[in-house]
Amino acid sequence: MHFEYNVDGGNFTRAGYASSEIKKLLKRLNVDQSIIKRTVVASYEAEVNIVAHAYSGTIYVDVFDDAIRITFKDEGPGIEDIEQAMQEGYSTASEAVREMGFGAGMGLSNIKKNADSLDITSEVDKGTTLVIEMRLNG
Amino acid sequence: MRVEDIAKVLDARIVCGEELKDYTIEVAFASDLMSDVLTLKQDHVLLITGLANTQTIRTAEMSDIRCIVFARNKKASPEMIALAVENEIALIECRYSMFRACGLLYQTGVKPIY
Repeated sequence: MHFEYNVDGGNFTRAGYASSEIKKLLKRLNVDQSIIKRTVVASYEAEVNIVAHAYSGTIYVDVFDDAIRITFKDEGPGIEDIEQAMQEGYSTASEAVREMGFGAGMGLSNIKKNADSLDITSEVDKGTTLVIEMRLNG
Repeated sequence: MRVEDIAKVLDARIVCGEELKDYTIEVAFASDLMSDVLTLKQDHVLLITGLANTQTIRTAEMSDIRCIVFARNKKASPEMIALAVENEIALIECRYSMFRACGLLYQTGVKPIY
């Protein structure tokens, strides 16, 4: 199964819509509740990152028999130093993002904690691609 | 503690989610930082916050939080209420400060997470 969702950079009113749809999808597929929670928390963090930092993005969801893969691909400023960005507390978020209750530099590390695997590639001035995978059985 | 009892203790108003009045919360967490809320692993969590926007509701949705108390007269907008209804989340508006709301709930035995 394959699904795609568009994400607008800067549009905080809609932020979370895609992750909400992913949650509904996983519920319909009878995925274990604790896996749903870890998946959608990671997905929501990544979606908010696109809204907060990129110009636009697309979320690709692939559901396999034994795993879910979610790819977050954005066009944006990219991340210069991924290792630094992964550090808890490091953030380049704007005041507007902080007013929404984010931007504390906890997003990427929380994605890492919730996902079974995380891969980030980025090119400065082009964009960032983040891939998470969740195992469905044990 | 039941949602209805939380509203009673806080002398507060249930804005939506009346049907959840018997839903029981086990622990509470107070924060305006949604990033912090998203790190919680527990179930049956009550969120007490001063941050009233749609991302507060989205954060609760992703974290399986079914009840939010908005402290210090923060109001839920029609968009927030619509999103809360869709996701079966009870919203409570309370005029007390976050500190007072937390104190009262703690006194009645609601447990903290950390």
